[in-house]
Amino acid sequence: MSAEVRAEGGHGAVPVEGVATGTPTPTRASRRDWPLWEVFVRGRRGLAHTHVGSLHAPDATMALRNARDVYTRRQEGVSLWVVPAAAITASSPDERDPFFAPAADKAYRHPTFYEVPEGVQHL
Amino acid sequence: MPVTDPSPALQAAVEPDEAALAERFERTVAAEERIEPRDWMPEAYRKTLIRQIAQHAHSEIIGMQPEGNWITRAPSLRRKAILLAKVQDEAGHGLYLYSAAETLGVDRAELLDLLHAGRQKYSSIFNYPTPTWADVGAIGWLVDGAAIVNQVPITRCSYGPYARAMVRICKEESFHQRQGFEILHHLSSGTPEQHAMAQDAVDRWWWPSLMMFGPPDDASPNSARSMAWKIKRFSNDELRQRFVDMAVPQAEALGLTLPDPELRWDAESGHYRFGAIDWTEFHEVLRGNGPCNALRVEHRVRAHEEGAWVREAADAYAAKHAARAGAEVAA
Repeated sequence: MSAEVRAEGGHGAVPVEGVATGTPTPTRASRRDWPLWEVFVRGRRGLAHTHVGSLHAPDATMALRNARDVYTRRQEGVSLWVVPAAAITASSPDERDPFFAPAADKAYRHPTFYEVPEGVQHL
Repeated sequence: MPVTDPSPALQAAVEPDEAALAERFERTVAAEERIEPRDWMPEAYRKTLIRQIAQHAHSEIIGMQPEGNWITRAPSLRRKAILLAKVQDEAGHGLYLYSAAETLGVDRAELLDLLHAGRQKYSSIFNYPTPTWADVGAIGWLVDGAAIVNQVPITRCSYGPYARAMVRICKEESFHQRQGFEILHHLSSGTPEQHAMAQDAVDRWWWPSLMMFGPPDDASPNSARSMAWKIKRFSNDELRQRFVDMAVPQAEALGLTLPDPELRWDAESGHYRFGAIDWTEFHEVLRGNGPCNALRVEHRVRAHEEGAWVREAADAYAAKHAARAGAEVAA
């Protein structure tokens, strides 16, 4: 049999050998695409905006229009935010950084930490 | 205090060695937690995902072509509106997936270049033609049906952005499959000519749909690593069997037959047994000798090149307005 083929991805078998995997582009300056925008959708009134994905667009107006077409084709939202991805400051390269460690040993911040005598209600 | 990424010097000082990082990665995957874009991951894991997500995305956008072929000739306004929505969904699925691929540090524009240059591929199923309206039904029922069987396990893929994209995609695919089933059901219970058209389409799409799951497990030696990384959850043969078991009763409900004389219910195993798949055809199509390989890529490249002016105009408009806004601020 020739180069290996596998049912990778949804639409079935594709070659898995001899396939280019692109070059990493760590710097934004090297991108040929339009700027990247992160998209947030408010599902309905009363809910907060939630991150749903990203897209490329030349400006904010186009980003909003594209976000509507890509992320709300089935009435998934009543409000959209688009934020330039470059404007987001994130906590750390690792999602489980020691940055969050200070909260780990403070179980007394949770109500379940406290002992309540039997029979006491509404507490 | 504003929190930003640590300076390279500080990062080097606190960075655990690679073995420790690898161990933590393995532990996260084993615990069924998700790997997120900024986590450390083995280079081979990253490359496997880029290849898989990119070729999945390419399959979605190339997959617009066989059905797009029928938009102007859909038999009614209802069918036309449905088909338009379906083809638009395929474009959307491509975008969710390119967006997921980019979280791995590749550039979408480069992925498209690789598709256009033939250095990345798309699923060979889209290299078959759609000569009749019933093909639109057969694609929805069988091709999208097979895609759902393949995609549902990917909603639990170890890589977070890919898994999340798949959740959206799977929700939308079930409309695709149902609309295809409905088209075939109407044709099958219509005039003798319509019934024959539906049967002919199913006859042509059945085997290629089974091939979508890839070669038998013993011919797919490297699947084991993707399984260990929880990118792939079930083997090619397991998924193919699952699809056959679902499709056979549906074919009966459609009043259509499946073109496999060996197909039979096996009470002992609780599965339908099916005949041998002709893998020569599969490898020919994959090698580029399918009915529509050249056509699909040519069309994609032409659409990309002829659309360049739209991208340039949008750029120019954005630049003009940014300059105007800048001037107002200065004034």
